[in-house]
Amino acid sequence: MFEFFNTLLIGITAGSIYSLMAIAIVLVWRSTRVVNFAAGGIALASTFVGTTILEITGSFWIALPIAMLAGAALSAFIEFFFLRPLLKRSGEKTQEIFLPIIATLGILGIIKSVLQFVYGDRIGVLTPPLSDRGFIVSGESIALSPLRLMILGIVLLLMIVLTLVFQRTNLGLSLRAASFSPEISRLSGIRVDLIRTLGWAISGAAGATAGILQTTNGSGSVSPEAFEFSLLLVFGFVAAVIGGIESLVGAVAGGLTLGVILAIILMYFGSSLVFFAAFVILILVLFLRPNGIVGVKGGRRA
Amino acid sequence: MLRIKNLVVDHGAIRALHGVSISIEKGQLAAVIGANGAGKTTLLRTLSGLNKATDGSATWGDLNILHSKPESLVRHGISHVSEGKSVIPELTVSENLELGALWRRNRKESAQSKKEVVDLFPRLGERLSQRADSLSGGERQMLAIGRSMMAKPQLLLLDEPSLGLAPLVVEQIFQSIRDLTTSLGLTVLLVEQNAMGALKIADIGIVLNLGSIAATGSAAALRDDPAVRAAYLGF
Amino acid sequence: MGAVHSRHITNKHRFVGFALIGLVVYILSNIVDEWRAYQGATVAVFVVAIASIILLTGYSGQISLGHGALLAIGAYTAALTQIYFSAPIWICFATAVLMTALVGAILGMAAARLSGPYLAGTTLAFAVGLPSIANQFSILGGEQGISFDAGWPPLSLGETFTQYKWFLWIATLAALISMWWVQNILRSRYGRGWRALKSNEVAAELSGITIGRSKVLAFTVSAGIAGLAGALLAMTVNNVSPSAFPLALSFSIATGAVLSGVSTLGGVMIGSVALVAIPLIASSISDRWSGSENLELLLPEFIVSALLVLTVFLAPKGPIEKFRSRHSK
Repeated sequence: MFEFFNTLLIGITAGSIYSLMAIAIVLVWRSTRVVNFAAGGIALASTFVGTTILEITGSFWIALPIAMLAGAALSAFIEFFFLRPLLKRSGEKTQEIFLPIIATLGILGIIKSVLQFVYGDRIGVLTPPLSDRGFIVSGESIALSPLRLMILGIVLLLMIVLTLVFQRTNLGLSLRAASFSPEISRLSGIRVDLIRTLGWAISGAAGATAGILQTTNGSGSVSPEAFEFSLLLVFGFVAAVIGGIESLVGAVAGGLTLGVILAIILMYFGSSLVFFAAFVILILVLFLRPNGIVGVKGGRRA
Repeated sequence: MLRIKNLVVDHGAIRALHGVSISIEKGQLAAVIGANGAGKTTLLRTLSGLNKATDGSATWGDLNILHSKPESLVRHGISHVSEGKSVIPELTVSENLELGALWRRNRKESAQSKKEVVDLFPRLGERLSQRADSLSGGERQMLAIGRSMMAKPQLLLLDEPSLGLAPLVVEQIFQSIRDLTTSLGLTVLLVEQNAMGALKIADIGIVLNLGSIAATGSAAALRDDPAVRAAYLGF
Repeated sequence: MGAVHSRHITNKHRFVGFALIGLVVYILSNIVDEWRAYQGATVAVFVVAIASIILLTGYSGQISLGHGALLAIGAYTAALTQIYFSAPIWICFATAVLMTALVGAILGMAAARLSGPYLAGTTLAFAVGLPSIANQFSILGGEQGISFDAGWPPLSLGETFTQYKWFLWIATLAALISMWWVQNILRSRYGRGWRALKSNEVAAELSGITIGRSKVLAFTVSAGIAGLAGALLAMTVNNVSPSAFPLALSFSIATGAVLSGVSTLGGVMIGSVALVAIPLIASSISDRWSGSENLELLLPEFIVSALLVLTVFLAPKGPIEKFRSRHSK
């Protein structure tokens, strides 16, 4: 029972980070109908920025927001200079999603090789601000540490902020309207192009946070070929698809589901089944609900 | 003072409008009628910036309409209610309305406009917190018009507000359009398949056929024109 | 299979073209050294793998980011067939094709229900998930993998006939046969059905094409070809292991397809040669400039990625179509 409880805690922490990445992917999908593999590269690059800032200032709490800003800027840059011209030309045919996917894969590769060029063999070290030693409950150390608590806290805070922004602000209304119906939004006076870039920027910030947290939750260091980041990108994307790709709530549900089930499988069945389990979960969810956990039946432009 | 001169619009290799010229004075309600594929929707979409014109000119007062984006035309008082109940079904009625005034960045004015729209369409007031996809067809059309009114337009472009509505509801919508035009001094370009209904409320009428103007004149005259009657009014 | 693609080309012309390519490879194989022969075989493997993606994406409009996993299935099947049944090599290839096609059919049934991002996600998870379960079954040899030995070239070819030249011959022959077969399928009723589906699902259904069945068939055929590519890949490295089929392989195949032009088979050589040549070019560049190990590591990825982005922007339909449209103007 104790072990199971610990496994759950580990799963929820990992899952909450996947959720953030899934949110990054959902935000871009909603704003431009692009499956954004570059999100992995954006997360990676901003994590490197975070490590550099941490090195200079010594403060995690300065490094995190600057990394988020860097992620937002890079993401907006990619949308503006690459995806916008590409989508303008292809006439936004929604079924033609293959080329944008490939374009973002290319951008991912470029980001990784540029990071490799800049950082070379140096790995970025991200010392967590809090201890990762578990709290002691009735004499035993549990999987919940101050660090894990901080990670969960940051994710929760970000989700609350995002929810408030989306539900309560004009920017949020514009973002939602532009994703549901770009044409009606334009006719209502919304600058849809600008809103799309902002959508990418928010996605970049979410991805940056996911990258930083993934690194602190994991080995504490980052390299351009870091396995943790492939994991983050793949599971973040799978979580987004499980959640229905359109929905932020779905992204969170998908991330947590994936995180918890994978943690259980890792604990009781071994590591070699984890990736296959992700595939099975995805197939099962899509078999029962072809538009994801939160997806609308026969979803718009699905 | 909407002046359209020799407007030519192409859809790829197909010419949708072959040099259309229309002139509408301020405060007039003009009905554009014609069969499917006559170019009515293309005309409106070009005027609101959604489609690109190949040739010709269109001005609203001193403003050159062509080559502007829809989002900036809205800021100059031109509002377009596109075909097929142009509301966003995933948003609430209230959000759909607010959307129309977001660009004004003024919550007070927006709230004031919302009140005016609700006064105009009380049925919307009862459903402010419902999602737009729970509305009936007529209510959605009211919402679409209401949303465009939130921008305080001077020129209103309406595309087939009667589409898919029951006859009684159509009459109601048409009446609201007429009232709006008169009470607010709006200029309205109304595109309709329902030629009879549109000509009844309009000041002037324009008959579009295969991308060219087939007839134009006062709405009353067109209603009595035997050729128009035979071709578009069905009797 | 470069130039062999135009409306007015008959089967006879096509056959002559294929035979010519075979002849060229035959002559080249006698000139080049072992290393080049190995690279040639790798190009042929990529031709087959990329053709399977183009068939699926370019002609039936479905996306797969998971073809690396299908290659793995083909490779393992071929190796197991050889180990447990001591079957001759061509039987191993045949079982690889059949087994992978079967898996492809099952996957295709799931895929037919899914659109865009859902299909991309599912195939991606497949690519990541499948190779790793090899560790679960001792019969598959875990991380070490199992061997797949195509055998020495027959003695009748002469004492000096080398191993890699033999691989090059087999891979080229397999590539030519599968390309021939794919060309024929694409011009058949099924191929026309796929194209109709891709351009307009509703219209295709109205004209009597069963969407589901047609999509599943496309996935099945594509998977079968990918299985062949996997078996060929295993042959060239004598071994099958999970690490030979990383996600990067799936991405490479998709990349090769885009560089070749996804919408037509005509350019399939371009992407294949690019995938093999770019790492070599990169290493020679980094040698000349500084000999920096770091540069040598990152340059191939950078060049491929940059080429990919450039292709998507400048020639979204691929270099062949770009060339054709420029000359028809």
